[in-house]
Amino acid sequence: MPAWLAQVSYLVAAVCFILGLKWLGSPATAVRGNRLSGLGMLIAIVVTLLDRHIVSYQVIAAGLLVGSGLGLWMARSVKMTAMPQMVALLNGLGGGASLLVGGSEYLKARLAGSQPALDVAITTQATLLIGAVTLTGSLIAWAKLEERMPGRPITFPMQKMVNALVFLVIVVLAVWQVVRFDSPAWPFYLVCLLSLVLGVLLVIPIGGADMPVVISLLNSYSGIAGGMTGFVIHNEELIIAGALVGSSGIILSQIMCKAMNRSLGNVLFGAFGGGGGAIASAKSAEGLTVRQVSAADAAVQLGYARSVIIVPGYGLAVAQAQHLVREMADLVEKRGGEVKYAIHPVAGRMPGHMNVLLAEANVPYDKLFDMDQVNSEFERTDVALVIGANDVVNPAARTDPSSPIYGMPILNADQAHSIIVLKRGMGSGFAGIENELFYNPKTAMLFGDAKASLAKLVTELKAV
Amino acid sequence: MEALIGSIVVFTLATFLGVELIHRVPTMLHTPLMSGANAISGITIIGSLIVAGGGHGWISTGLGFTAVVFAMINVVGGYAVTDRMLQMFKKKPEAK
Repeated sequence: MPAWLAQVSYLVAAVCFILGLKWLGSPATAVRGNRLSGLGMLIAIVVTLLDRHIVSYQVIAAGLLVGSGLGLWMARSVKMTAMPQMVALLNGLGGGASLLVGGSEYLKARLAGSQPALDVAITTQATLLIGAVTLTGSLIAWAKLEERMPGRPITFPMQKMVNALVFLVIVVLAVWQVVRFDSPAWPFYLVCLLSLVLGVLLVIPIGGADMPVVISLLNSYSGIAGGMTGFVIHNEELIIAGALVGSSGIILSQIMCKAMNRSLGNVLFGAFGGGGGAIASAKSAEGLTVRQVSAADAAVQLGYARSVIIVPGYGLAVAQAQHLVREMADLVEKRGGEVKYAIHPVAGRMPGHMNVLLAEANVPYDKLFDMDQVNSEFERTDVALVIGANDVVNPAARTDPSSPIYGMPILNADQAHSIIVLKRGMGSGFAGIENELFYNPKTAMLFGDAKASLAKLVTELKAV
Repeated sequence: MEALIGSIVVFTLATFLGVELIHRVPTMLHTPLMSGANAISGITIIGSLIVAGGGHGWISTGLGFTAVVFAMINVVGGYAVTDRMLQMFKKKPEAK
Protein backbone atom coordinates (compact mmCIF):
# COMPACT_ATOMS: atom_id res chain seq x y z
CA MET A 1 0.00 0.00 0.00
CA PRO A 2 1.48 3.37 -1.01
CA ALA A 3 2.12 5.76 1.86
CA TRP A 4 -0.30 8.39 0.56
CA LEU A 5 -3.16 5.86 0.48
CA ALA A 6 -2.49 4.92 4.09
CA GLN A 7 -2.49 8.61 5.04
CA VAL A 8 -5.81 9.18 3.24
CA SER A 9 -7.33 6.12 4.91
CA TYR A 10 -6.26 7.38 8.35
CA LEU A 11 -7.88 10.71 7.48
CA VAL A 12 -11.11 8.92 6.55
CA ALA A 13 -10.98 7.05 9.86
CA ALA A 14 -10.50 10.33 11.75
CA VAL A 15 -13.50 11.84 9.95
CA CYS A 16 -15.53 8.78 10.96
CA PHE A 17 -14.61 9.37 14.63
CA ILE A 18 -15.52 13.07 14.45
CA LEU A 19 -18.83 12.55 12.66
CA GLY A 20 -19.54 9.58 14.90
CA LEU A 21 -19.11 11.70 18.02
CA LYS A 22 -21.29 14.39 16.49
CA TRP A 23 -24.06 11.90 15.72
CA LEU A 24 -23.79 10.47 19.23
CA GLY A 25 -25.26 13.81 20.33
CA SER A 26 -28.82 13.05 19.30
CA PRO A 27 -30.96 9.99 20.13
CA ALA A 28 -32.13 9.78 16.53
CA THR A 29 -28.64 9.41 15.06
CA ALA A 30 -26.69 7.96 17.99
CA VAL A 31 -26.76 4.32 16.86
CA ARG A 32 -25.50 5.31 13.42
CA GLY A 33 -22.86 7.55 15.00
CA ASN A 34 -21.44 4.79 17.16
CA ARG A 35 -21.31 2.38 14.21
CA LEU A 36 -19.63 4.97 12.00
CA SER A 37 -17.02 5.47 14.69
CA GLY A 38 -16.58 1.68 14.82
CA LEU A 39 -16.12 1.65 11.06
CA GLY A 40 -13.40 4.27 11.45
CA MET A 41 -11.66 1.98 13.93
CA LEU A 42 -11.91 -0.97 11.55
CA ILE A 43 -10.41 1.11 8.71
CA ALA A 44 -7.57 2.22 10.98
CA ILE A 45 -6.83 -1.39 12.01
CA VAL A 46 -6.92 -2.78 8.46
CA VAL A 47 -4.72 0.01 7.09
CA THR A 48 -2.20 -0.56 9.87
CA LEU A 49 -2.09 -4.28 9.14
CA LEU A 50 -1.55 -3.71 5.41
CA ASP A 51 0.74 -0.71 5.57
CA ARG A 52 3.16 -1.16 8.40
CA HIS A 53 6.14 -3.46 8.29
CA ILE A 54 4.48 -6.29 10.02
CA VAL A 55 6.39 -9.53 9.73
CA SER A 56 4.40 -11.91 11.85
CA TYR A 57 0.64 -12.10 11.69
CA GLN A 58 0.09 -15.12 13.97
CA VAL A 59 0.67 -13.23 17.20
CA ILE A 60 -1.55 -10.39 16.00
CA ALA A 61 -4.34 -12.70 14.91
CA ALA A 62 -4.28 -14.45 18.27
CA GLY A 63 -4.34 -11.13 20.13
CA LEU A 64 -7.17 -9.76 18.01
CA LEU A 65 -9.24 -12.92 18.53
CA VAL A 66 -8.70 -13.13 22.28
CA GLY A 67 -9.34 -9.40 22.79
CA SER A 68 -12.43 -9.28 20.59
CA GLY A 69 -13.89 -12.37 22.24
CA LEU A 70 -13.36 -11.05 25.75
CA GLY A 71 -14.64 -7.59 24.79
CA LEU A 72 -17.77 -8.97 23.18
CA TRP A 73 -18.45 -11.25 26.11
CA MET A 74 -18.11 -8.37 28.58
CA ALA A 75 -20.35 -6.10 26.50
CA ARG A 76 -23.05 -8.77 26.25
CA SER A 77 -23.04 -9.94 29.83
CA VAL A 78 -22.64 -6.68 31.76
CA LYS A 79 -25.67 -5.48 33.71
CA MET A 80 -26.73 -1.92 32.96
CA THR A 81 -26.34 -1.00 36.63
CA ALA A 82 -22.69 -2.06 36.33
CA MET A 83 -21.91 0.25 33.39
CA PRO A 84 -19.61 2.53 35.42
CA GLN A 85 -17.44 -0.45 36.40
CA MET A 86 -17.36 -1.63 32.80
CA VAL A 87 -16.26 1.78 31.53
CA ALA A 88 -13.65 1.96 34.28
CA LEU A 89 -12.25 -1.43 33.34
CA LEU A 90 -12.16 -0.64 29.61
CA ASN A 91 -10.46 2.66 30.37
CA GLY A 92 -7.84 0.87 32.40
CA LEU A 93 -7.15 -1.59 29.60
CA GLY A 94 -6.78 1.27 27.10
CA GLY A 95 -4.28 2.93 29.41
CA GLY A 96 -2.52 -0.39 29.92
CA ALA A 97 -2.17 -0.86 26.18
CA SER A 98 -0.60 2.60 25.86
CA LEU A 99 1.83 1.77 28.65
CA LEU A 100 2.84 -1.47 26.95
CA VAL A 101 3.34 0.19 23.57
CA GLY A 102 5.38 2.99 25.10
CA GLY A 103 7.44 0.50 27.08
CA SER A 104 8.24 -1.76 24.20
CA GLU A 105 9.11 1.17 21.91
CA TYR A 106 11.59 2.25 24.57
CA LEU A 107 13.06 -1.22 24.93
CA LYS A 108 13.28 -1.60 21.17
CA ALA A 109 15.27 1.62 20.83
CA ARG A 110 17.49 0.50 23.71
CA LEU A 111 18.21 -2.89 22.18
CA ALA A 112 19.01 -1.30 18.84
CA GLY A 113 21.25 1.19 20.63
CA SER A 114 19.76 4.01 18.59
CA GLN A 115 19.30 7.38 20.22
CA PRO A 116 15.63 8.41 19.88
CA ALA A 117 14.77 11.98 18.90
CA LEU A 118 14.10 14.33 21.78
CA ASP A 119 10.34 14.54 21.16
CA VAL A 120 10.04 10.76 21.02
CA ALA A 121 12.02 10.41 24.23
CA ILE A 122 9.79 12.92 26.02
CA THR A 123 6.48 11.53 24.79
CA THR A 124 7.59 7.98 25.58
CA GLN A 125 8.04 8.93 29.23
CA ALA A 126 4.67 10.76 29.19
CA THR A 127 3.00 7.67 27.71
CA LEU A 128 4.47 5.47 30.44
CA LEU A 129 3.30 7.82 33.19
CA ILE A 130 -0.23 8.51 31.92
CA GLY A 131 -0.81 4.95 30.70
CA ALA A 132 0.24 3.44 34.03
CA VAL A 133 -1.78 5.90 36.12
CA THR A 134 -4.84 5.21 33.96
CA LEU A 135 -4.38 1.45 34.33
CA THR A 136 -4.09 1.19 38.11
CA GLY A 137 -6.34 4.19 38.81
CA SER A 138 -9.11 2.61 36.77
CA LEU A 139 -8.64 -0.74 38.48
CA ILE A 140 -9.06 0.93 41.89
CA ALA A 141 -12.14 2.80 40.62
CA TRP A 142 -13.50 -0.51 39.36
CA ALA A 143 -12.85 -2.22 42.69
CA LYS A 144 -14.56 0.57 44.61
CA LEU A 145 -17.63 0.55 42.36
CA GLU A 146 -17.78 -3.25 42.36
CA GLU A 147 -17.44 -3.11 46.16
CA ARG A 148 -14.37 -5.33 46.09
CA MET A 149 -12.79 -2.72 48.33
CA PRO A 150 -14.35 -0.18 50.72
CA GLY A 151 -15.87 2.79 48.93
CA ARG A 152 -14.94 5.24 51.66
CA PRO A 153 -11.92 7.49 51.14
CA ILE A 154 -8.71 5.80 52.26
CA THR A 155 -6.48 8.43 53.78
CA PHE A 156 -3.22 8.47 55.67
CA PRO A 157 -1.13 11.27 57.14
CA MET A 158 0.95 13.35 54.72
CA GLN A 159 -0.92 11.76 51.82
CA LYS A 160 -0.63 14.72 49.46
CA MET A 161 3.06 15.08 50.33
CA VAL A 162 3.69 11.42 49.55
CA ASN A 163 1.80 11.68 46.23
CA ALA A 164 3.71 14.81 45.28
CA LEU A 165 6.99 13.15 46.20
CA VAL A 166 6.24 10.06 44.09
CA PHE A 167 5.31 12.29 41.17
CA LEU A 168 8.48 14.32 41.59
CA VAL A 169 10.66 11.20 41.62
CA ILE A 170 8.95 10.02 38.42
CA VAL A 171 9.61 13.35 36.72
CA VAL A 172 13.27 13.38 37.78
CA LEU A 173 13.84 9.83 36.56
CA ALA A 174 12.02 10.58 33.30
CA VAL A 175 14.08 13.68 32.66
CA TRP A 176 17.25 11.73 33.39
CA GLN A 177 16.31 9.17 30.74
CA VAL A 178 15.45 11.86 28.24
CA VAL A 179 18.72 13.76 28.57
CA ARG A 180 21.02 10.75 29.05
CA PHE A 181 20.11 7.97 26.67
CA ASP A 182 22.98 5.87 28.05
CA SER A 183 21.39 5.89 31.50
CA PRO A 184 20.97 2.42 33.01
CA ALA A 185 17.71 0.51 32.52
CA TRP A 186 16.52 0.67 36.13
CA PRO A 187 15.13 4.24 35.94
CA PHE A 188 12.84 3.04 33.14
CA TYR A 189 11.46 0.19 35.22
CA LEU A 190 11.20 2.44 38.26
CA VAL A 191 9.21 5.04 36.28
CA CYS A 192 6.77 2.30 35.23
CA LEU A 193 6.50 0.92 38.76
CA LEU A 194 6.10 4.29 40.48
CA SER A 195 3.54 5.41 37.91
CA LEU A 196 1.50 2.30 38.63
CA VAL A 197 1.75 3.08 42.35
CA LEU A 198 0.77 6.71 41.71
CA GLY A 199 -2.45 5.58 39.97
CA VAL A 200 -3.42 3.68 43.12
CA LEU A 201 -2.45 6.54 45.44
CA LEU A 202 -4.44 9.10 43.47
CA VAL A 203 -7.72 7.17 43.50
CA ILE A 204 -7.84 5.56 46.97
CA PRO A 205 -8.63 8.84 48.81
CA ILE A 206 -11.67 9.47 46.61
CA GLY A 207 -15.04 8.33 47.94
CA GLY A 208 -17.20 5.82 46.09
CA ALA A 209 -19.85 8.45 45.39
CA ASP A 210 -17.34 10.57 43.51
CA MET A 211 -16.26 7.74 41.23
CA PRO A 212 -18.28 9.10 38.25
CA VAL A 213 -15.99 12.12 38.10
CA VAL A 214 -12.95 9.88 38.43
CA ILE A 215 -14.13 7.66 35.60
CA SER A 216 -14.70 10.65 33.31
CA LEU A 217 -11.27 11.93 34.18
CA LEU A 218 -9.58 8.56 33.65
CA ASN A 219 -11.41 8.35 30.33
CA SER A 220 -9.73 11.59 29.46
CA TYR A 221 -6.35 10.22 30.60
CA SER A 222 -6.74 7.11 28.47
CA GLY A 223 -7.34 9.39 25.48
CA ILE A 224 -4.31 11.51 26.29
CA ALA A 225 -2.21 8.36 26.75
CA GLY A 226 -3.34 7.25 23.29
CA GLY A 227 -2.45 10.66 21.87
CA MET A 228 1.01 10.50 23.45
CA THR A 229 1.51 7.08 21.91
CA GLY A 230 0.75 8.77 18.59
CA PHE A 231 3.64 11.17 19.18
CA VAL A 232 5.92 8.20 19.98
CA ILE A 233 5.12 6.22 16.83
CA HIS A 234 4.48 9.30 14.63
CA ASN A 235 0.88 8.50 13.84
CA GLU A 236 -1.53 11.41 13.54
CA GLU A 237 -4.58 9.18 13.62
CA LEU A 238 -3.72 8.28 17.20
CA ILE A 239 -3.08 11.92 18.05
CA ILE A 240 -6.48 13.05 16.70
CA ALA A 241 -8.47 10.25 18.33
CA GLY A 242 -6.59 10.63 21.59
CA ALA A 243 -7.22 14.38 21.71
CA LEU A 244 -10.93 13.91 20.97
CA VAL A 245 -11.31 11.46 23.84
CA GLY A 246 -9.08 13.52 26.10
CA SER A 247 -11.24 16.61 25.73
CA SER A 248 -14.54 14.73 25.99
CA GLY A 249 -13.47 13.23 29.31
CA ILE A 250 -12.52 16.62 30.71
CA ILE A 251 -15.86 18.15 29.64
CA LEU A 252 -17.84 15.33 31.21
CA SER A 253 -15.90 15.59 34.50
CA GLN A 254 -16.61 19.31 34.57
CA ILE A 255 -20.32 18.75 33.98
CA MET A 256 -20.41 16.24 36.84
CA CYS A 257 -18.56 18.59 39.19
CA LYS A 258 -20.90 21.44 38.35
CA ALA A 259 -23.90 19.23 39.14
CA MET A 260 -22.41 18.59 42.58
CA ASN A 261 -21.34 22.22 43.03
CA ARG A 262 -17.75 21.22 43.68
CA SER A 263 -14.50 21.92 41.98
CA LEU A 264 -12.52 19.18 40.32
CA GLY A 265 -9.77 19.81 42.84
CA ASN A 266 -12.17 19.29 45.71
CA VAL A 267 -13.33 15.97 44.26
CA LEU A 268 -9.81 14.71 43.63
CA PHE A 269 -8.18 15.88 46.85
CA GLY A 270 -11.09 16.57 49.20
CA ALA A 271 -11.59 12.97 50.47
CA PHE A 272 -15.32 13.72 50.57
CA GLY A 273 -18.25 11.38 51.04
CA GLY A 274 -18.46 7.62 50.68
CA GLY A 275 -20.32 7.18 53.98
CA GLY A 276 -17.32 8.08 56.10
CA GLY A 277 -19.60 10.11 58.34
CA ALA A 278 -16.92 12.75 58.70
CA ILE A 279 -19.30 15.59 57.98
CA ALA A 280 -21.49 16.65 60.85
CA SER A 281 -25.04 17.42 59.90
CA ALA A 282 -25.67 21.13 59.90
CA LYS A 283 -29.14 20.90 61.32
CA SER A 284 -30.14 18.20 63.72
CA ALA A 285 -33.42 16.42 63.21
CA GLU A 286 -34.32 16.48 66.87
CA GLY A 287 -37.89 17.37 67.69
CA LEU A 288 -39.03 16.81 64.13
CA THR A 289 -41.36 14.03 63.15
CA VAL A 290 -41.89 12.22 59.92
CA ARG A 291 -45.30 11.22 58.60
CA GLN A 292 -45.51 7.61 57.48
CA VAL A 293 -47.98 6.43 54.92
CA SER A 294 -49.26 2.99 53.94
CA ALA A 295 -48.92 1.68 50.40
CA ALA A 296 -52.72 1.73 50.07
CA ASP A 297 -52.98 5.43 50.95
CA ALA A 298 -50.05 6.32 48.71
CA ALA A 299 -51.70 4.42 45.85
CA VAL A 300 -54.95 6.37 46.30
CA GLN A 301 -53.00 9.61 46.21
CA LEU A 302 -51.21 8.56 43.03
CA GLY A 303 -54.35 7.16 41.47
CA TYR A 304 -56.19 10.45 41.70
CA ALA A 305 -53.26 12.70 40.86
CA ARG A 306 -53.46 14.63 37.62
CA SER A 307 -49.73 15.13 37.43
CA VAL A 308 -46.91 13.08 38.90
CA ILE A 309 -43.20 13.70 38.69
CA ILE A 310 -41.02 10.73 39.55
CA VAL A 311 -37.58 11.50 40.97
CA PRO A 312 -35.48 8.34 40.61
CA GLY A 313 -32.22 7.94 42.49
CA TYR A 314 -29.55 5.28 42.53
CA GLY A 315 -31.48 3.44 45.26
CA LEU A 316 -33.99 2.59 42.56
CA ALA A 317 -31.34 1.06 40.36
CA VAL A 318 -29.77 -0.86 43.25
CA ALA A 319 -33.16 -2.41 43.98
CA GLN A 320 -33.48 -3.27 40.25
CA ALA A 321 -36.95 -1.74 40.37
CA GLN A 322 -36.92 0.24 37.09
CA HIS A 323 -39.43 -2.07 35.45
CA LEU A 324 -41.83 -1.77 38.38
CA VAL A 325 -41.62 2.03 38.20
CA ARG A 326 -42.70 1.92 34.59
CA GLU A 327 -45.52 -0.48 35.42
CA MET A 328 -46.70 1.88 38.14
CA ALA A 329 -46.39 4.89 35.82
CA ASP A 330 -48.44 3.08 33.18
CA LEU A 331 -51.21 2.51 35.72
CA VAL A 332 -51.23 6.18 36.72
CA GLU A 333 -51.37 7.20 33.07
CA LYS A 334 -54.20 4.78 32.38
CA ARG A 335 -56.17 6.60 35.05
CA GLY A 336 -55.55 9.90 33.29
CA GLY A 337 -52.58 11.22 35.26
CA GLU A 338 -49.58 12.71 33.52
CA VAL A 339 -46.22 11.18 34.47
CA LYS A 340 -42.81 12.74 34.00
CA TYR A 341 -39.39 11.69 35.23
CA ALA A 342 -37.03 14.28 36.66
CA ILE A 343 -33.42 13.26 36.19
CA HIS A 344 -30.77 14.96 38.28
CA PRO A 345 -27.39 15.11 36.53
CA VAL A 346 -25.82 12.93 39.23
CA ALA A 347 -28.69 10.46 39.57
CA GLY A 348 -27.03 7.10 39.12
CA ARG A 349 -23.34 6.35 39.12
CA MET A 350 -22.17 8.16 36.02
CA PRO A 351 -23.50 11.02 33.89
CA GLY A 352 -26.65 9.93 32.09
CA HIS A 353 -26.67 6.56 33.87
CA MET A 354 -30.27 6.88 35.07
CA ASN A 355 -31.44 7.57 31.53
CA VAL A 356 -29.90 4.31 30.37
CA LEU A 357 -31.42 2.38 33.26
CA LEU A 358 -34.89 3.77 32.55
CA ALA A 359 -34.47 3.23 28.82
CA GLU A 360 -33.70 -0.40 29.60
CA ALA A 361 -37.09 -0.57 31.36
CA ASN A 362 -38.73 0.81 28.20
CA VAL A 363 -39.48 4.23 29.62
CA PRO A 364 -39.74 6.43 26.50
CA TYR A 365 -36.99 9.02 26.53
CA ASP A 366 -39.35 11.93 25.83
CA LYS A 367 -40.72 11.46 29.36
CA LEU A 368 -37.32 12.00 30.93
CA PHE A 369 -36.56 15.60 31.77
CA ASP A 370 -33.36 17.32 32.83
CA MET A 371 -33.29 19.35 36.00
CA ASP A 372 -33.51 22.69 34.16
CA GLN A 373 -36.48 21.60 32.08
CA VAL A 374 -38.54 20.21 34.93
CA ASN A 375 -37.75 22.31 37.99
CA SER A 376 -40.31 25.03 37.27
CA GLU A 377 -43.04 22.42 36.96
CA PHE A 378 -42.93 21.00 40.49
CA GLU A 379 -45.11 23.79 41.90
CA ARG A 380 -47.87 22.80 39.47
CA THR A 381 -47.50 19.09 40.23
CA ASP A 382 -49.85 17.06 42.45
CA VAL A 383 -47.40 14.41 43.59
CA ALA A 384 -43.63 14.26 43.52
CA LEU A 385 -42.62 10.62 43.97
CA VAL A 386 -39.04 10.37 45.24
CA ILE A 387 -37.61 6.87 44.87
CA GLY A 388 -34.23 6.09 46.37
CA ALA A 389 -32.99 9.66 45.99
CA ASN A 390 -31.87 11.85 48.87
CA ASP A 391 -29.27 14.59 48.52
CA VAL A 392 -30.54 15.68 45.09
CA VAL A 393 -33.88 16.74 46.61
CA ASN A 394 -32.52 18.20 49.87
CA PRO A 395 -33.82 21.78 50.17
CA ALA A 396 -30.88 22.59 52.46
CA ALA A 397 -28.86 22.98 49.27
CA ARG A 398 -30.98 26.06 48.52
CA THR A 399 -31.63 27.44 51.97
CA ASP A 400 -28.97 26.48 54.49
CA PRO A 401 -25.56 28.08 53.90
CA SER A 402 -24.03 25.95 56.65
CA SER A 403 -24.91 22.71 54.85
CA PRO A 404 -22.04 20.92 53.08
CA ILE A 405 -24.19 20.62 49.96
CA TYR A 406 -25.26 24.29 50.00
CA GLY A 407 -25.30 25.63 46.47
CA MET A 408 -25.62 22.26 44.77
CA PRO A 409 -28.38 22.45 42.17
CA ILE A 410 -31.31 20.28 43.29
CA LEU A 411 -34.67 19.12 42.05
CA ASN A 412 -37.40 21.22 43.66
CA ALA A 413 -39.50 18.26 44.76
CA ASP A 414 -40.44 20.16 47.94
CA GLN A 415 -42.50 22.59 45.85
CA ALA A 416 -44.97 19.94 44.70
CA HIS A 417 -48.43 19.89 46.31
CA SER A 418 -47.52 16.67 48.05
CA ILE A 419 -44.46 14.49 48.20
CA ILE A 420 -44.19 10.74 48.64
CA VAL A 421 -40.74 9.40 49.48
CA LEU A 422 -39.89 5.74 49.02
CA LYS A 423 -36.95 4.98 51.25
CA ARG A 424 -35.42 2.03 53.01
CA GLY A 425 -35.08 3.78 56.36
CA MET A 426 -34.13 7.08 57.87
CA GLY A 427 -30.45 6.80 56.95
CA SER A 428 -28.83 9.83 55.38
CA GLY A 429 -27.45 10.18 51.86
CA PHE A 430 -23.83 9.77 50.86
CA ALA A 431 -23.00 13.23 52.14
CA GLY A 432 -24.26 12.22 55.59
CA ILE A 433 -26.66 15.14 55.85
CA GLU A 434 -30.17 15.29 57.30
CA ASN A 435 -32.81 15.96 54.67
CA GLU A 436 -35.48 18.38 55.87
CA LEU A 437 -37.69 17.35 52.96
CA PHE A 438 -38.51 14.22 54.95
CA TYR A 439 -39.84 16.34 57.84
CA ASN A 440 -41.91 18.60 55.59
CA PRO A 441 -45.63 18.41 56.57
CA LYS A 442 -46.45 17.82 52.88
CA THR A 443 -44.20 14.77 52.79
CA ALA A 444 -45.32 11.21 53.37
CA MET A 445 -42.72 8.49 53.86
CA LEU A 446 -43.26 4.97 52.57
CA PHE A 447 -40.54 2.88 54.20
CA GLY A 448 -39.21 -0.36 52.81
CA ASP A 449 -37.14 -1.77 49.98
CA ALA A 450 -37.89 0.20 46.80
CA LYS A 451 -38.81 -2.90 44.87
CA ALA A 452 -41.18 -4.26 47.51
CA SER A 453 -42.82 -0.85 48.03
CA LEU A 454 -43.33 -0.38 44.30
CA ALA A 455 -44.79 -3.85 43.94
CA LYS A 456 -47.27 -3.01 46.70
CA LEU A 457 -48.09 0.30 45.03
CA VAL A 458 -48.77 -1.47 41.73
CA THR A 459 -51.10 -3.98 43.41
CA GLU A 460 -52.93 -1.26 45.30
CA LEU A 461 -53.19 0.98 42.24
CA LYS A 462 -54.91 -1.80 40.34
CA ALA A 463 -57.47 -2.00 43.14
CA VAL A 464 -58.13 1.75 43.42
CA MET B 1 11.27 19.40 14.99
CA GLU B 2 8.85 20.52 12.26
CA ALA B 3 7.11 17.17 12.43
CA LEU B 4 6.69 17.61 16.20
CA ILE B 5 5.17 21.08 15.79
CA GLY B 6 2.80 19.69 13.15
CA SER B 7 1.72 16.96 15.56
CA ILE B 8 1.18 19.48 18.35
CA VAL B 9 -0.97 21.58 16.00
CA VAL B 10 -3.08 18.55 15.15
CA PHE B 11 -3.41 17.59 18.82
CA THR B 12 -4.47 21.11 19.83
CA LEU B 13 -7.02 21.51 17.05
CA ALA B 14 -8.50 18.07 17.73
CA THR B 15 -8.82 18.94 21.43
CA PHE B 16 -10.87 22.04 20.62
CA LEU B 17 -12.95 20.07 18.15
CA GLY B 18 -13.65 17.48 20.85
CA VAL B 19 -14.78 20.17 23.29
CA GLU B 20 -17.16 21.63 20.70
CA LEU B 21 -18.60 18.21 19.82
CA ILE B 22 -19.15 17.06 23.40
CA HIS B 23 -20.68 20.31 24.65
CA ARG B 24 -23.69 19.76 22.41
CA VAL B 25 -24.51 16.29 23.68
CA PRO B 26 -27.59 16.18 25.96
CA THR B 27 -27.20 14.71 29.48
CA MET B 28 -29.45 11.84 28.51
CA LEU B 29 -26.77 10.44 26.21
CA HIS B 30 -23.76 11.02 28.44
CA THR B 31 -23.27 7.38 29.45
CA PRO B 32 -23.27 6.02 25.88
CA LEU B 33 -21.14 8.99 24.89
CA MET B 34 -18.59 8.10 27.52
CA SER B 35 -18.42 4.45 26.57
CA GLY B 36 -18.35 5.39 22.88
CA ALA B 37 -15.50 7.83 23.42
CA ASN B 38 -13.85 5.17 25.53
CA ALA B 39 -13.98 2.80 22.56
CA ILE B 40 -12.25 5.44 20.43
CA SER B 41 -9.45 5.65 23.00
CA GLY B 42 -8.77 2.01 22.06
CA ILE B 43 -7.07 3.54 19.00
CA THR B 44 -3.87 2.54 20.79
CA ILE B 45 -4.60 -0.74 19.00
CA ILE B 46 -2.67 0.74 16.05
CA GLY B 47 0.46 1.14 18.13
CA SER B 48 -0.10 -2.29 19.67
CA LEU B 49 -0.34 -3.94 16.24
CA ILE B 50 2.87 -2.30 15.07
CA VAL B 51 4.71 -3.45 18.19
CA ALA B 52 3.26 -6.97 18.18
CA GLY B 53 3.97 -7.61 14.51
CA GLY B 54 7.25 -5.79 14.16
CA GLY B 55 9.43 -8.82 14.81
CA HIS B 56 11.70 -7.04 17.27
CA GLY B 57 12.41 -9.95 19.54
CA TRP B 58 10.26 -11.88 21.94
CA ILE B 59 10.03 -9.20 24.62
CA SER B 60 8.56 -6.68 22.19
CA THR B 61 6.28 -9.29 20.68
CA GLY B 62 5.08 -10.45 24.08
CA LEU B 63 4.37 -6.91 25.26
CA GLY B 64 2.74 -6.19 21.91
CA PHE B 65 0.51 -9.25 22.15
CA THR B 66 -0.71 -8.18 25.59
CA ALA B 67 -1.25 -4.66 24.29
CA VAL B 68 -3.30 -5.97 21.35
CA VAL B 69 -5.50 -8.00 23.72
CA PHE B 70 -6.01 -5.04 26.07
CA ALA B 71 -6.72 -2.55 23.30
CA MET B 72 -9.02 -4.94 21.49
CA ILE B 73 -11.10 -5.54 24.62
CA ASN B 74 -11.31 -1.75 24.91
CA VAL B 75 -12.36 -1.35 21.27
CA VAL B 76 -14.79 -4.24 20.84
CA GLY B 77 -16.22 -4.06 24.36
CA GLY B 78 -16.64 -0.29 24.11
CA TYR B 79 -18.43 -0.26 20.77
CA ALA B 80 -20.58 -3.31 21.53
CA VAL B 81 -21.80 -2.09 24.90
CA THR B 82 -22.49 1.40 23.50
CA ASP B 83 -24.52 -0.14 20.71
CA ARG B 84 -26.44 -2.23 23.24
CA MET B 85 -27.31 0.87 25.27
CA LEU B 86 -28.30 2.95 22.28
CA GLN B 87 -30.62 0.22 21.04
CA MET B 88 -32.55 0.67 24.27
CA PHE B 89 -33.08 4.34 23.53
CA LYS B 90 -34.37 3.46 20.09
CA LYS B 91 -36.92 0.96 21.37
CA LYS B 92 -40.52 2.11 21.20
CA PRO B 93 -42.61 1.58 24.32
CA GLU B 94 -44.52 -1.65 23.85
CA ALA B 95 -48.22 -1.39 23.08
CA LYS B 96 -50.45 -1.45 26.10
